[in-house]
Amino acid sequence: MQAFQILIDGFAISALYALGATGFTLIFGVSGVLNLSHGAIMVAAAVAAWAAASVLGVGTYAGALIGVAVALIAAFATYFAVVKPIQDSRRIPNEEKEIFVLTGTLLWGIMIQELIAYFFTNNAKTVLPIVQGVVDVLGVRTPKNEIFTAIVCCLVIALLWLLVNRTRTGKAVLAASMNPRGVTLLGLELTNIYVVVWAIYGILAGIAGVLLGMFLGVSSYSVGPLTASAFSIVVLGGLGSVSGSLIAAFVVGYLETLTAYLVSPAYRTIPALLLLVFVMYIRPQGLLGRR
Amino acid sequence: MGTFFTSRLFFVSLALVVIAATLPLYVSGYVLGLLTVAFYFGVFAMAWDLLFGFAGEVNFGPTFLIGVGAYTAGILNAQYGWSVYLCIVLGALASVIAGLVLALPALRVRGPYFGLTTLVAVLMLQNFIVVFADLTGGEIGLTIPDVITINAGANYWIALGFMTISAAILYGLSQSPVGLVLQASGQDPVQAGALGFNIVKHKLAAFIVSAFFSGLSGALLVFYFGTASVGTVVDVAVGVNVIVAAVLGGRRTVLGAALGAIFLIVAGEFLRPTGELATFIVSAVALLVVLFFPGGFLGAALSREARS
Repeated sequence: MQAFQILIDGFAISALYALGATGFTLIFGVSGVLNLSHGAIMVAAAVAAWAAASVLGVGTYAGALIGVAVALIAAFATYFAVVKPIQDSRRIPNEEKEIFVLTGTLLWGIMIQELIAYFFTNNAKTVLPIVQGVVDVLGVRTPKNEIFTAIVCCLVIALLWLLVNRTRTGKAVLAASMNPRGVTLLGLELTNIYVVVWAIYGILAGIAGVLLGMFLGVSSYSVGPLTASAFSIVVLGGLGSVSGSLIAAFVVGYLETLTAYLVSPAYRTIPALLLLVFVMYIRPQGLLGRR
Repeated sequence: MGTFFTSRLFFVSLALVVIAATLPLYVSGYVLGLLTVAFYFGVFAMAWDLLFGFAGEVNFGPTFLIGVGAYTAGILNAQYGWSVYLCIVLGALASVIAGLVLALPALRVRGPYFGLTTLVAVLMLQNFIVVFADLTGGEIGLTIPDVITINAGANYWIALGFMTISAAILYGLSQSPVGLVLQASGQDPVQAGALGFNIVKHKLAAFIVSAFFSGLSGALLVFYFGTASVGTVVDVAVGVNVIVAAVLGGRRTVLGAALGAIFLIVAGEFLRPTGELATFIVSAVALLVVLFFPGGFLGAALSREARS
């Protein structure tokens, strides 16, 4: 009974972690950017979906769409207002661009977080789920929303896989992640590829944020932990490796669920953190990382 | 020419310190209290800049080192009643040991991986403080019975003196041959290694020095506040402030980091009437500085001087 419960709950949370981390790792893989405003963009999507559905009353579907749209806009704003100016800057030495992107996106994330706190307060918001009710799965009473979350996450990740491996745009993105200079020699504009990647990222982060808002609820306090968890999953899996971060998401998700059920919810995050330190110690490049 | 600018910088700094030292004679205790905190923060930022600006390592966990120093000192005083000065020394020592434990695995990896290791250290410390609430006071925080002094002026002078001495040592170190090797290994580790310098040893030394000053400053801050809490000395958000202060003031300048910290704290206070928007405004200003004056305050001032 409890084993099934852990299996089901762990799967839903892991799938959500996987979706949340995929966009993050995609951007790093393609352009070497670690976007520390990630958590803020996810929360912005969830809060927008909540506000549209609960305050304006546009309905759950339209609310979810608005949430994703807000994440898309926020992702573009992050790229054009923060990341691109730093990458193009001639006053910042090349070897320091990484730290400037980190600092810049961090500050940008804090700005989004504070605006959310200012307009929508710090209170936790739960987005009204698209599907409601409870079903019996393997003898475990499971909210339909939990199953919906898991299915959508898997579908979106599968779609992303098809997009990257089966379409022309996807192949260009893949090529850019392997050899940026080579891609420009083929006559493709790197900036265009980056814009596509940020658009994909925005949609992924938006869907993840809205689903999180329906599943667990969010507040402006979730911003830091969300960024940190995406960051750890991505590093555990190996920076830039999408399949690595999928595996890592399931490892972390199940480890947290196991700890919460079998030990105590208070210790929830500790084993995953210890595992992360351990992996970094014996395999610094992460599970599937390349160096 | 180089010595000319350093000497000019030296005289400007000296004048600033002398003027700052006279403040208790004519400003209110409220302003002194604000600046006291800002000075301790200045040491946090300078210690961080030594590691980042010179060794090229992005330490996302300055509050791990600060927190270990602060909590060690606080716990020894609150739970065992040891004397304040012993607690401060042991706090700094604990921070050095914690820094070593963190640096050994962390220095094997570079860039984002190093950043994450240090970030994880903060998250773990935070978790342990909450889990061992009996010892640490948990989420509420630890109340510390002793303070160094309750005199606002004396506290201010201690903080100013501490910051000035730390600044002199850290700045001197950054300009010394050791600092130059660090800078070289931060910019091109392969070439610096090829020149025969033991990069890991130098970085480890930088980490230890950074840990020592962070821990000492954290311990002193605890005995100024009379409390230790996750929100004031461990939280990731505090670490963000330290990083922003250093970048804002001008990375690789050490002294700029202190200016950045003082600016952040004072600006935050001035913006208090704007309520919840204060952090937004400070972050926006910091982002604009990062985008348009990447050298920071001191970097911009020095390059203007170099041009004229």
